Amino acid sequence: MTFDSQRPRRIRSAYSSMVAHGEPWVWLTGGSLAAAIIMITGLLGFIAFRGAMTFWPAPLELVTLRDGRKALGEVTEREQTATVSRRLVRSANFELAGTHYEWFNDAEISTTAFPDWATAIERLEGGRFHGFPVRLLHGEAVVAEGPEASWAAFQREHPTIRRRHRQAGAIDKHDRGELQRQLRAARLAVVGADLAAGRDSDRYRAAVQAEEETAARVAEESALLDEKTAALRGENEGWIYEFETASGEKQSIPLESIVQIWQPNRLSVLGKAGVYLARWAEFLADDPREANSAGGVFPAIWGTVAMTLIMALLVAPFGVLAALYLREYASRGWITSAVRIAINNLAGVPSIVYGAFGLGFFCYGVGAGIDDLFFRPALVADGQPTFGTGGLLWASLTLALLTLPVVIVATEEALAAVPNSMREGSYACGAGKWQTIRRIVLPRALPGIMTGLILAMARGAGEVAPLMLVGVKKLALELPIDGAFPFVHPEREFMHLAFLIYDVGFQSPNSQAAKPMVFTITFLLVTIIALLNVAAIWIRSRLKRRYVSQQF
Amino acid sequence: MAHSTTTPQPPSMHAAAPRSDDSPPQDRLLAVAAGRDVPSEVHEQVLAETPVLEIDRFNLWYGSKQALHGITMPIPNNQVTALIGPSGCGKSTLLRSVNRLNDLVQNVRITGDMRLNGDSIYDPRMDVIELRKRMGMVFQKPNPFPMSIYENVVYALRIDGESNRGVLDEVCELSLRGAALWDEVKDRLHESALGLSGGQQQRLCIARAIAAEPEVLLLDEPCSALDPIATGKVEDLIQELRGRYSVLMVTHNMQQASRTSDYTAFMYLGRLIEYGPTTDIFTKPMLRETEAYVTGRFG
Repeated sequence: MTFDSQRPRRIRSAYSSMVAHGEPWVWLTGGSLAAAIIMITGLLGFIAFRGAMTFWPAPLELVTLRDGRKALGEVTEREQTATVSRRLVRSANFELAGTHYEWFNDAEISTTAFPDWATAIERLEGGRFHGFPVRLLHGEAVVAEGPEASWAAFQREHPTIRRRHRQAGAIDKHDRGELQRQLRAARLAVVGADLAAGRDSDRYRAAVQAEEETAARVAEESALLDEKTAALRGENEGWIYEFETASGEKQSIPLESIVQIWQPNRLSVLGKAGVYLARWAEFLADDPREANSAGGVFPAIWGTVAMTLIMALLVAPFGVLAALYLREYASRGWITSAVRIAINNLAGVPSIVYGAFGLGFFCYGVGAGIDDLFFRPALVADGQPTFGTGGLLWASLTLALLTLPVVIVATEEALAAVPNSMREGSYACGAGKWQTIRRIVLPRALPGIMTGLILAMARGAGEVAPLMLVGVKKLALELPIDGAFPFVHPEREFMHLAFLIYDVGFQSPNSQAAKPMVFTITFLLVTIIALLNVAAIWIRSRLKRRYVSQQF
Repeated sequence: MAHSTTTPQPPSMHAAAPRSDDSPPQDRLLAVAAGRDVPSEVHEQVLAETPVLEIDRFNLWYGSKQALHGITMPIPNNQVTALIGPSGCGKSTLLRSVNRLNDLVQNVRITGDMRLNGDSIYDPRMDVIELRKRMGMVFQKPNPFPMSIYENVVYALRIDGESNRGVLDEVCELSLRGAALWDEVKDRLHESALGLSGGQQQRLCIARAIAAEPEVLLLDEPCSALDPIATGKVEDLIQELRGRYSVLMVTHNMQQASRTSDYTAFMYLGRLIEYGPTTDIFTKPMLRETEAYVTGRFG
């Protein structure tokens, strides 16, 4: 191009344009980000606040109506409309009132108060109870009379009684469960011998005899256990805490059935914090009660974490190998591109489709095959499939399939980001393709692969729909790992927090009472996913420090 | 120029005599640019040396584009040979053809051959992995592997299956001493190589390249990504490697070529123009074109 010095210069515009300065774009882009952040933090903050507040002991308000009726409970909601202002009181005592919650119009209320001895109780059965302590009874004898004395006596006696209760429960669950398993094993051995050798064989006769012996022994040991639990329960029997409700009715509550008890109106902040922590501890460590709407969620936490980790363990090698072939071995061409597009599209398939596939292929296909080969006696004896139905292993595999595209895509990107100079350096040293991949490319790509795994875990841990088909149950107290031989039971059905949200929130007969639980479970699930991710990110940053440095 | 045959020309072996002054200095270069073949001027001293590597009428195409035209040159044993020439003249391509790294590029086609100590490099029966183990290569940008300094140095031995700790330790120390890096890193052999400075990384790459006792060492512009101080160290190192290793080095820095090499080859657009002892190439080249290039009047 020639430069003509005679050509007149173009006159610059007198105003600098708004677009050139870029202010509107800063506002547009920044505004979008701000909106996204507000929505995300708003949602998470709401869940965290509601979830964290569930177990904080709220004050118990004694509401007296103009017509003389009384109710004692936590005010959970206030509503102000043009015509009425009203409040929702969790009045509890379902067995007496027939309802857990009640609306009261402010206009009908004559007085409200916060009486000191108002007591809230979480019971084993029947839900929450609100009332005032009257006396503590042991059989016919009155141990203590009046709120103060009875409360002191209760504090003294309750821990021992709860301990006995837990002991009896443990005997029922573990020792009796073990006997049942032995009985079943012996019965299955008989069926197995029948199937394998027929009824006339020595093996069958031996099995039958062994079963009879086992049955006799189990009956004997069961009797012993019965004695033990009866003794424990007998000692607990007769301990009664008598309460009076707001409306004056007497209610006797066995000490054994009191799980948590607190008197929020008398408690200091420190005392409330103690109750708060105790309720959290119960929530995290105990089994659920009353159709999952009370008690703890430990089996669901266990199931969620186990399933997510097993899924990650399954999807990582599978996805990495597939991505390795696609990126390192496959020659560039339309087939490779088509496969890549297909993988990306897999990420868009509705997850319930994966669930259906998992049920059909893993449970009814592979699982039924395994049952046929190795668990025939169980199938014949009580028609119960072992692997041929939903379970932890099949659920993990289904979710591994579901998250496979995420891992493949992330791994491919990580592999593409490995500088070619490193590969060439390795080849120049006389390394073969696989040696180069294993020693140079993979370590260097590991942080990127971890990123894919983090995304996969976040996606997998929050899935519900496919899990409902392949092994998650409303209630499954037997964990897939326990003390019973062979200790690991990947075929067992399990509980999952995300499913619990659906179950407690939308399938519960008592949805009002379950609402705080839903927030708490959601909060817990988000926290667990965040913790898993933080752990993975921590590993990734260590890998990054080790294998990827900033140049110079 | 008179020569415009399509067959590659053998090196002309007439005595070194500067061309008469009346011929235009860029005659041959214009002919090359026009796609004609010109004879390579190879000095007698080069041919008198024992070659470690013989490049024999080597042509290379990327797809339909020919990148190397009938290169014929012997690389002397235990000497430093520099390849110079403007960008795109095929120096790096030639270097990467020696250890067949170009095999990794799609659509590469070659004719002719190279021989490493008499063994044909492009023989179909030649195992390319075994071949590469006989050479060491250092690249433009330092490319230490994501592992410890120690593992970087013994990488070639590791992939060869060597696991005797004593052997590895010895090779590691010898190579690092050979690359003048031992004193700087001996206390942190098991730390990541990625924590070294650029110059140290490049010397580490040299240590890695000489660890397997290569028959020829290929350096592809080893100083182009380094600062002057690091460059000086690497150049000193190349000086020390002379006599013990046969070095074939690509450089775009003519001072570097004149400082460090024994022989220099001038390439232009995929052709070898002149090849001779470095002092001759830089002080009394046969061709005016070479003189024009090394004095910076063109290129």
